[in-house]
Amino acid sequence: MTGREKIMGRIREALTVPAPHPGAHDAHGSQAPHTSFKGRPVHVARSWMPPGGDTFEEQVVRFRAASTELKTDFRFVGSRDEAFAELARIRDTEGWKSVATHRAELPSAAAASLGLPVIHTDEGYDVDALESCDVGVSGCDVLVAQTGTVVVTNRSAGGRALSVLPPHHVVVATRDQLVRDLTAAFARVQETYGARYPSMVSFITGPSRTGDIERILVLGAHGPKKLTVLCW
Amino acid sequence: MTTHVQDFLAQARVVTRDLRHRGLIQTALRKYETARDRKKAAFNDWQSARQAAAETKWDAINHLDTYLAEFADKMEARGTQIHWAGNAAEAREIILGIIRSKGARSIIKSKAMTAEEIHLNDAMEKAGYEVVESDLGEFIVQLRHEPPYHIVFPAMHLTRDDINELFQKELGSASTREPEELTMIARRALRRKYITADVGITGANFAIAETGMISITENEGNARLTAALPKTLITLVGIEKVLPKLEDLALFLPMLATAGAGQTLTGYNTMYGGPRQPGECDGPEEYHVVLLDNRRTELLADPEQRDALHCIRCGACLNVCPIFKNVGGHTYGTTYSGPVGSVITPHLRGLQDWKHLSGSSSLCGACTEACPVKIDLHHHLLQNRRNAAVGEPSFFERLAYRLFAFVINRPALYRFAKEAGRLTEPLQKLIRDTPLDPARAWTGTRDLPPMPEQSFKEWWEERR
Repeated sequence: MTGREKIMGRIREALTVPAPHPGAHDAHGSQAPHTSFKGRPVHVARSWMPPGGDTFEEQVVRFRAASTELKTDFRFVGSRDEAFAELARIRDTEGWKSVATHRAELPSAAAASLGLPVIHTDEGYDVDALESCDVGVSGCDVLVAQTGTVVVTNRSAGGRALSVLPPHHVVVATRDQLVRDLTAAFARVQETYGARYPSMVSFITGPSRTGDIERILVLGAHGPKKLTVLCW
Repeated sequence: MTTHVQDFLAQARVVTRDLRHRGLIQTALRKYETARDRKKAAFNDWQSARQAAAETKWDAINHLDTYLAEFADKMEARGTQIHWAGNAAEAREIILGIIRSKGARSIIKSKAMTAEEIHLNDAMEKAGYEVVESDLGEFIVQLRHEPPYHIVFPAMHLTRDDINELFQKELGSASTREPEELTMIARRALRRKYITADVGITGANFAIAETGMISITENEGNARLTAALPKTLITLVGIEKVLPKLEDLALFLPMLATAGAGQTLTGYNTMYGGPRQPGECDGPEEYHVVLLDNRRTELLADPEQRDALHCIRCGACLNVCPIFKNVGGHTYGTTYSGPVGSVITPHLRGLQDWKHLSGSSSLCGACTEACPVKIDLHHHLLQNRRNAAVGEPSFFERLAYRLFAFVINRPALYRFAKEAGRLTEPLQKLIRDTPLDPARAWTGTRDLPPMPEQSFKEWWEERR
């Protein structure tokens, strides 16, 4: 018998006796035939969760508020040119000398506009060279208003390392990528890739952080110390 | 040889009197409580979300065979190698086998309670491999050769000064009291390790059946790096971590973050569906997922406590538990501490050896209230006590109840006992807390209530 058969056998054996439904011990007694988060209409499930905003403007406000709390630098501007001008300002303030990005329209255009030596991760890269870059510029799949989250995949953001190895991660996004909440974000990811998922889907919420020393917040524990989201 | 209960009592006696420890834990947990309450309030309806989470986990656990098979098949279809480990020894052997076959030397690890459960680090070190924990808290306790203090906050029991001293001694770093600088010392020490490690090992928070993905929740980015750079990646995951649908994460990720650390969402929630796929520019060449039973199926076979497998290891029940706050995480002597640890450890490691954990509870129910997936924790503690008593009844308890029944059924004897009690009451005060006191174990930490001047019966007769 294989390991799989053994464990599956034990599971099937164990499940021959049914268990009471959740809430059976509540003061109000057992209720509810079984349904799931998914089994309920989206608007019902959504109505319990932290709100994401009904209109685009509300969603921008939510994303900004979440970003402030997370210490994400969120810049919502009118056009692509304005976004690139913002990027140039950050380059000057921080004194960037090298940039890493990937071959996708927006990120590579943004990186090229900086006039610095560029590494493209999707053309093959040396880990030490990527590690020594001052900034990684990537695209993304979705921005989530509810939580201030940036959703990237290794297809949309130049692999697994680009968004975590350099000390500063810059995300370039367009306004149609902003969605209200996590439910919408997962739906968008499923819509984009169908059954052909990239091997990594990452929900990034703020720069890398830790509270492991006396529960005091420190940014840049292992991943980037700074996260900038440029959206137009 | 001392027993687990003796160890527990001895350590609890020390820790409960340690005011420094108490101060540290109270400060840390106060910060947690404030943040958690604020994030809970951001939910429009936390209670409905909890019910939905409980129902979703109920569905997952009560159809575990279906979902686990779906998960394994989907992952294998995309090139992941699935391994099935019946117990801790098998899991260790599988993982060591992979490491050996790769000719690996150094291993980078991100936080995994399952790895603590099977004592993986010990096994790898004994086999001659260098293993480095990359989560900051885990890195700190690894340097101290200690198990994690708490399932979410491993170094909660240490001050910045403790950590500074440790880093100076073990890493030769310069002295500092700044948490930021201490974090950067660890960051620098670990950066090279990611780049040079041959194998990465992670745990998992969820396993998604629908899409065949492992979901990992972390704040630091260390798991992201662990899953990005080494050529071989291994994930060790308990079989109970399955969720049916990808979109279930839209519910579970914010609940885990809120209950676990008072965050809207944890810094990185990452889903891995396989090794590097054709056309992808980086990631591991090989991905191994080790599914761990290790007596979870025994808990599954107990319908009364099956819901303990719903646990998402957020640590919320530890953070509100008056026992945990007093005795601290290490006193439990278990991988999983706090209320949920007291519930599941007897199933995982033997009821009679670990029944004392279910006794060390005030049954206040704060844990049940805090649990985001509504595990009926405090009732399970009671059930463990009942099961332990049925399995191995205590001779003295049985004797005491027999004696009580004998006396209470004989009115004359009962009256005599009452009078005798009144007469000897002053004597009890004299012998209290001395070896002469027959109830010393009980009175050592409690006051015997004074006998009332009048019994109910006497009061009733007087008024008739």
